[in-house]
Amino acid sequence: MFRFLLKRLALTIPTFIALMFITFVMIRLVPGDPIEVRKGERGISPERLAQLRHEMGLDQPVWKQFLDYANGLLHGDFGTSIISKAPVLHEFLTLFPATLELTLSAMIFAIVLGIPAGVIAASRRGGVYDQTLMGLALTGYSMPIFWWGLILILLMSNTLGLTPVSGRVDLIKFYYEPVTGFMLIDSLLSGQKGAFLDAVHHLILPMIVLGTVPLAVIARMTRSSMLEVLEEDYVRTARAKGLSWARVVGIHALRNALIPVVTVIGLQVGGLLAGAVLTETIFSWPGVGKWLIESINRRDYPALQGGIMLIAGIVIVVNLLVDMLYGLINPRIRHAK
Amino acid sequence: MKIRTLLGAALLASSMLVAGAASAKSLVYCSEGSPENFTPSVNTTGTSFDAARPVYNRLVQFTPGTTQVEPGLAESWTVSEDGKTITFKLRPGVKFHSGVNGFTPTRDLNAEDVIWSFERQWKADHPYAKVSGGSYDYFNDMGMPDLLESVTKGDDDMTVVIKLTKPNAPIIANLAMDFAAIHSAEYAKYLMDKGTPEQFDQIPVGTGSFQFVAYQKDAVIRFKAFDGWAGKPKIDDLVYAITPDATARYAKLKANECQVMIAPNPADLPDMKQNADINVMEQAGLNIGYYALNAQKPPFDKPEVRKAIAMAIDRDAIIKEVYQGAGQKAKNPIPPTMWSYDESTVDIPYDPAKAKEMLKAAGVEGLKTDIWWMPVQRPYNPNAKRMAEMIQADLAKVGIEATLVSYEWGEYRKRMQAGEHQTGMLGWTGDNGDPDNFLAVLLGCNAEGKPNGNNIPKWCNAEFQEVVNKAAEISDQAERAKLYKRAQEIVAAEVPWVNIAHSTVFEPLRKSVTGYKVSPLGAHEFQNVDITE
Repeated sequence: MFRFLLKRLALTIPTFIALMFITFVMIRLVPGDPIEVRKGERGISPERLAQLRHEMGLDQPVWKQFLDYANGLLHGDFGTSIISKAPVLHEFLTLFPATLELTLSAMIFAIVLGIPAGVIAASRRGGVYDQTLMGLALTGYSMPIFWWGLILILLMSNTLGLTPVSGRVDLIKFYYEPVTGFMLIDSLLSGQKGAFLDAVHHLILPMIVLGTVPLAVIARMTRSSMLEVLEEDYVRTARAKGLSWARVVGIHALRNALIPVVTVIGLQVGGLLAGAVLTETIFSWPGVGKWLIESINRRDYPALQGGIMLIAGIVIVVNLLVDMLYGLINPRIRHAK
Repeated sequence: MKIRTLLGAALLASSMLVAGAASAKSLVYCSEGSPENFTPSVNTTGTSFDAARPVYNRLVQFTPGTTQVEPGLAESWTVSEDGKTITFKLRPGVKFHSGVNGFTPTRDLNAEDVIWSFERQWKADHPYAKVSGGSYDYFNDMGMPDLLESVTKGDDDMTVVIKLTKPNAPIIANLAMDFAAIHSAEYAKYLMDKGTPEQFDQIPVGTGSFQFVAYQKDAVIRFKAFDGWAGKPKIDDLVYAITPDATARYAKLKANECQVMIAPNPADLPDMKQNADINVMEQAGLNIGYYALNAQKPPFDKPEVRKAIAMAIDRDAIIKEVYQGAGQKAKNPIPPTMWSYDESTVDIPYDPAKAKEMLKAAGVEGLKTDIWWMPVQRPYNPNAKRMAEMIQADLAKVGIEATLVSYEWGEYRKRMQAGEHQTGMLGWTGDNGDPDNFLAVLLGCNAEGKPNGNNIPKWCNAEFQEVVNKAAEISDQAERAKLYKRAQEIVAAEVPWVNIAHSTVFEPLRKSVTGYKVSPLGAHEFQNVDITE
């Protein structure tokens, strides 16, 4: 197990370096630099442009900028945002709890509904349930997040008045300082009556919107994996022993069927964080996704680069954890050469 | 008995609380983005200016809904005979916000605060010069370092004397701009002593109608009413809900989660106008979108050729298709909300037949030219490519063959400023509401008769220049207005560019909101706003 882990860890280092290089170059390939974006029709005098570029270090050759950046990163310095002048890591950590809260809820939503849906579909293969559920899953999988979010707002908030449109809290009724950055926890800590329910209320729509695609993927994956497992000899044996359907499916089949599902869940983390960028923008959710979009618009190179590196780091770590978990639940992987 | 008294007291207290809560008026404004920070002088975006605006005042200010300048923290000012010395009398008894970030002011506003606010942007050795990056774009862009000779205390603490290097009337309008906000020198010192000067730009203290309460990045900014020199505003709590998506902003407005919103989606406007709860206010923006003809490249050096081209372009069709109704046809280079706007200008009609004749008379035949179009969407030109295609088609009808040209935005501006184009489009959004900010900046030439960088038509006219120069030197606004009218007449006769449009600014708000005025300068202000719901 230890060797397996070491090997996987060693693999992440080149991944990380390649990623750093690619993002660094790509960001700079986008036309316009932070100063030009700030300047409107007025333009800027060549002297002042030179001065500002010097202050931002943009007058250095790109390779030098890259080495400086890589050096800073090795020392844990993600740089300073050009726009807010705050350390990038600090900005990221301030905003990340909101993203984490959203992605975790979306993931839980997807797992809690996706696995049972897949199991039901598999055990009623070809039946009405199977057809309906898988049809829905395909629809969910193809749903553009932006469109889905706006449709849900129009329907649930504007037409039915069931949920708030956007934000994390009712701004007029409640006011509390963030402690953890997780609204569900902060609302409880605030001790204000109704604050927690209000926070839950605000979380529902973005959670559904972000959770839809992973829900569809998990449901489909669970179904196909389940179908495969149900054909296995040990399932037939379990049935032959006269075990109840629930026991056969729930205990014998599901545990084995979950192995590929866990991998898929791990892979969804990247997708979830990407989806969070759009979801946060629609729902005015103050997380890192919205922050990244703004950094692109303002060509805030350090914030953008730092944000991408941190998110990529998280995805890499999560995938590593999933691989470990995979080894834990499936001894065949752990012991394989 | 005791219990009953206690119960009674509790009931009374809770009913007072409820009454207190019910009478507190809150207004939520759906803004579109996060401020860079809360010091206007180090910022460049309207979003950041809006976020700092409730907190600060300037020596002079724009009368809400207009580009007129009125007294602000200065109750009056006088300009010396030679136009080079402006003496401001500060309003007495102006209080700074108290209790923000642990700061309690010990004195009222005086000249020291004014001098501090200008010197931070001006003097490299100022203790705050380098705080928050130290880039004072607007101060520099408005030419303040060249204009200012000194900013000093007058005969007493309540007098500020600004000496200029040359007479310059538009500087008064500059002083009403956000970058000229007056800060508390005492608060600056308090933070410097604490060793946290960067907080100065993050936790603002000013004299404005609202006091800063809290900012949660990318989510919300909270202010509360401040009973200062301008009187207590009618709303108690002002909340900015940061909502980047225009459709989501409208959904929030409909659900009464906010009462005023910025920048609606043009596609939502018809629905907004039909909504019984929503008022859509509109006004011509302080901008111009134009199509410039390079006067230094024949045959565009001839006014009659430029006029013929203006006549060949169907601007009504452009307004309809490119602006989708959110623009109005322009007949002057300055927008109608600006003082000195010349109502009497006769607009050039669309008449391709006559245009063809005029071109022929001028000896122009088989002309091949270019049309430069901007690669970006701007408020004054939402779709430059489509506009270029329409102009190309119009020119083809009068026998001019045009090819379309574009570059990356920074490159585009640079090349246009260098005059590489024959014809092309650009525009301008005003800074300070002064006609000088359009006429001198966009059509001005230097003393040697060479066009300024922002003079895209590369057009120089001696009389125009003389009139505009003179208008900048005198301080009597009525006299200045006369001169600017003359300048507009010259432009109408010479047609250095084809005036295309001023975009329309829309401000949707709930009908429960009263007293809101649309600012031609794009500002969002709430000190006179009330809410009835």
